[in-house]
Amino acid sequence: MVGSMTTVPDGLVAVVKHDCPTCTLVEPVLRQLAGAGPLTVVSQDDPDFPGGLPVVDDRELEVSWRLRIETVPTLLRLAGGTETGRVEGWLRGAWEAFTGVRDLGDGLPEHRPGCGSRSVEWGVEEELDRRYGGRVLAARRVELADLEDDVEAVFARGWSDGLPCVPPTEERVLRMLAGTRRAPDEVVAVVPPDLVECTVEKVAVNAVLAGCLPEHLPVVLAAVEAACRDEFALHGVLATTWSAGPVLVVGGPVTARLRMNSGVNVLGQGDRANATIGRALQLVVRNVGGGRPGEVDRATLGNPGKVGWCLAEAEDGRRPFPLLSEARGVPGSALTVFAGSGLVPVLDQASRTPESLARTLALVLRTVGHPKAALAMDALVVLSPEHGRVFRDAGWDRERLLAELDPLLVLQPDELRRGSMGIAEGMPAGLDDRPLPKFRPGGLLLAYAGGPAGMFSAVVPGWVSGATGSSPVTVPIEEA
Amino acid sequence: MGRVLLDPTSELRPAARALTPRPLSLEGLTVGLLDISKSRGDVVVDELEALLRADGVRTLRYRKPTFARPAPVDLRHEIATHCEVVIEALAD
Repeated sequence: MVGSMTTVPDGLVAVVKHDCPTCTLVEPVLRQLAGAGPLTVVSQDDPDFPGGLPVVDDRELEVSWRLRIETVPTLLRLAGGTETGRVEGWLRGAWEAFTGVRDLGDGLPEHRPGCGSRSVEWGVEEELDRRYGGRVLAARRVELADLEDDVEAVFARGWSDGLPCVPPTEERVLRMLAGTRRAPDEVVAVVPPDLVECTVEKVAVNAVLAGCLPEHLPVVLAAVEAACRDEFALHGVLATTWSAGPVLVVGGPVTARLRMNSGVNVLGQGDRANATIGRALQLVVRNVGGGRPGEVDRATLGNPGKVGWCLAEAEDGRRPFPLLSEARGVPGSALTVFAGSGLVPVLDQASRTPESLARTLALVLRTVGHPKAALAMDALVVLSPEHGRVFRDAGWDRERLLAELDPLLVLQPDELRRGSMGIAEGMPAGLDDRPLPKFRPGGLLLAYAGGPAGMFSAVVPGWVSGATGSSPVTVPIEEA
Repeated sequence: MGRVLLDPTSELRPAARALTPRPLSLEGLTVGLLDISKSRGDVVVDELEALLRADGVRTLRYRKPTFARPAPVDLRHEIATHCEVVIEALAD
């Protein structure tokens, strides 16, 4: 609480603004009420309004903020400093019942809705929260020099991934935090490589940097939680010289609510939610975890998705199988984080049978990591609608497709042995004398997304899989 | 009070950037001498250059086009790539 707190006395209180037609309409009603008993009128924009009545000048909006006014006029009653009830807008019957005064507003219409309170205007509410709410934010405050450009200041301090960021002001962070019901000081995860406890607030600061909207925050929080689970092995994903980085596959009602892209150019640019959610996770890794390229991030090449890679699964009514997250046991809005290392587009414009198309997929999947590598990496297949149709029309669901792929993904000893095919690379001695599966059980993930036209899908190769590497993680997303 | 941003980092490092450590000796280093085009700045720089050369220190001379504006990016880059130390003649 701020020291010089403005308060209003107990009893009937009316909060109005001159700029509101309903407030000017009820001006005579307020005079009527003032004549009938004690009434405190709080005026948001004009201390001379309503005429002829003493008012509490609330142009600073402190009283309105403390009373949590959303609409003017609001009529409310305080007892012992606590509100016992309120009426919003003008409704004769409600006002009469609330005040106990009859025949209010003779000649006025029965009902007029109110207007928005000045205290909840865009940007104003956060400023009032900051001014009167006491400090709820714990992050260090970094004061800029007078001549410092705020966008350049973010670069100068090393907070950017190379692209311009939205400067994380207190107002923006407070607005971002409104996107979740979770408390700002709640610890979301311990972030590698520095193993720092990361609060909801720190995630929100980085979500602001990334350009997220408040409604994106629950997805970012889920992404941070998933990526920092032990089995994902974020430290290794980051530190490896391989190209891997976190890929987020989001599914469920949240994707439509956030207008996430699951269609045309789903793995490309152009959608704010997709772009900023993926980026926010990577900024948390950079800024909170301390995972910066050239330091702990030792990637030889990296991949363009390391700026941020987030896609939504399509729910177009033509899915060949349920959502990836659902298949992994998490219904509703959920996301899966996968250690992906780039994109291999798959062309097959001729296959009209699932058997034929499965063989194409298998041939490409065999190249993941190295065509002679078995049991090394997981892979994510993003199946497009036109490819999905081939499987759906044939009645192949996820389990059937995976079962049919299994025998096509067995590498024979002469395909995997070191030195065979004139290639030194291959499976080491002891593992080169028997057929081996390309993927470990459960190591092949199938998602469904993409534009409606094009018989193309994509394979996203992984990183070292399983207990010694990374396993995909699926978590639920807080619903709105 | 100036504009304030919230720190997105783990706060394990100080908010203010530390100065680059000063060299203990100029031996083997190149010293840039920057005349900012302010009156008689060249006099100071000439004197410094003579003193440094007498000590066997390698020097390079630079001049800003005008004292009224920050040094052009190219000039800053040139100094940064060629010198380990820079001395700037600032005032009248």
